[in-house]
Amino acid sequence: MNVFQFILQNHGEVLELTLEHLWMVSVSTLFAVVIGIPLGIVIAHRPVLNKAVLAGANIIQTIPSLALFGFLLPVPWLGDRADRLAILALTLYALLPVIRGTFSGIRGVDASVIEAGRGMGLTERQLLLQVELPLAVSVILSGVRVAVVISVGLATIAAAIGAGGLGEFIFRGLAMVNNQLILAGAIPAALMALLADFSLGWLERRLQPR
Amino acid sequence: MTGRTKARVATGASAGWVNLLNFGMLGASMEPNAAGELAIEFCAVSYVLPGGQQLLSGLDLKVQRGETLVLLGRSGSGKTTTLKLINRLLSPSHGEVRVNGKSISQGEVIRLRRSIGYVIQDVGLFPHYTVEQNIGLVPKIEGWSSERIRSRTQELLQLVGLEAQLASRYPHQLSGGQRQRVGVARALAADPAILLMDEPFGALDPLTRDELQREFLSLQQGLSKTVVFVTHDLREALRLGSRIALMEAGQLVTVLSPREFLRSTVPLAAAYVKAFGDGPSVAAHRGDS
Repeated sequence: MNVFQFILQNHGEVLELTLEHLWMVSVSTLFAVVIGIPLGIVIAHRPVLNKAVLAGANIIQTIPSLALFGFLLPVPWLGDRADRLAILALTLYALLPVIRGTFSGIRGVDASVIEAGRGMGLTERQLLLQVELPLAVSVILSGVRVAVVISVGLATIAAAIGAGGLGEFIFRGLAMVNNQLILAGAIPAALMALLADFSLGWLERRLQPR
Repeated sequence: MTGRTKARVATGASAGWVNLLNFGMLGASMEPNAAGELAIEFCAVSYVLPGGQQLLSGLDLKVQRGETLVLLGRSGSGKTTTLKLINRLLSPSHGEVRVNGKSISQGEVIRLRRSIGYVIQDVGLFPHYTVEQNIGLVPKIEGWSSERIRSRTQELLQLVGLEAQLASRYPHQLSGGQRQRVGVARALAADPAILLMDEPFGALDPLTRDELQREFLSLQQGLSKTVVFVTHDLREALRLGSRIALMEAGQLVTVLSPREFLRSTVPLAAAYVKAFGDGPSVAAHRGDS
């Protein structure tokens, strides 16, 4: 029996785990975007903060993912449900690319454009919404894209703490020394990552300012 | 009027001293129409960087309504700092800047900036907006109707010598000269009484620069804005300024009319005139020996 036959035969379970996977990735990405973009905007305007924030996000990134999942287990409320934990961990990992993308996107806006805007009497808010964000959007999106692709891969490890997702197949396959089972988890995950990469990349190019 | 025409014609010819004096006369003819009315006033203004570096010290300067005051000096002399103190992109460390008689530190900064046009060397057009959107941004924020913005844009494009169909283009589709024309049009959009120009023609090739300077003169003839113009180019200063404020190392050296400037015995002014005159005369005599 090859992988594709296995997937076809177990399509119900494959679909369920894929949806779980997708859920973890999308919710954590949403959180990372909601936290990371405003944070990136703030540090782009407050040079005092940018080192500390970027260093913090960097440190999180260096914690091995399996260890982070483990660390968070004893936390009350969170530890009650594995998917909450997984979403928190994935959010933490996704923060760095989102913050950094926003930071460099806004910092990358031509200084003369900002000066002209400020000089002609735009408020800081108008400057942000009408000039900085529209010009930074493709760089911000590239940060989000990196975050999503990382999350799709990392979310497979969430199965180790019982959060489900396509990692279930992978861990089960590892335990049973069954390559087909591993591939049944790995192939849909890889496809998901490719699809996310492709579609966000397309959006990024669409929104690229001239 | 004939003097003015003569000067305009003379701009096409080589830059002889007589021409320069004509520029001076042209400058003189543009002196304040309402005498004694001050548009901008610097009272003992200093600007010190947080690190302690003094960029401007004890500046006293008056700009008359309707005149073109040129700030001339080398880089680092404080010209741009002076200019940015007028629209509060910078705030003085000491002293006071007044616009239309009122200290600008009192009023609202956004209001102030919208009442002052600002043109910079790098233009700073918004790359994601069309020419029309660039020109119409502040009017739009100010709540103008879209027809009014459209007709104003067309009017301004014509004023700065651009074709009407450029309105829908993006900045990257324009040449350097066209971009700076749009920059000027954008600064004029809400019809400000004061125009600040920071080396606006500095990045252009000599012929385009000449064209834009000439257009600036005829534009200014019709509009009579109060203009503060930063440049390091003496030729531009003599040609466009009604008065020239010479700056060096954060201090105002002297304020002279273009005619006075050419005869000035102030060492720095004389050095400028000499450096300016040396070019053509040295070139003319090269290969003689």
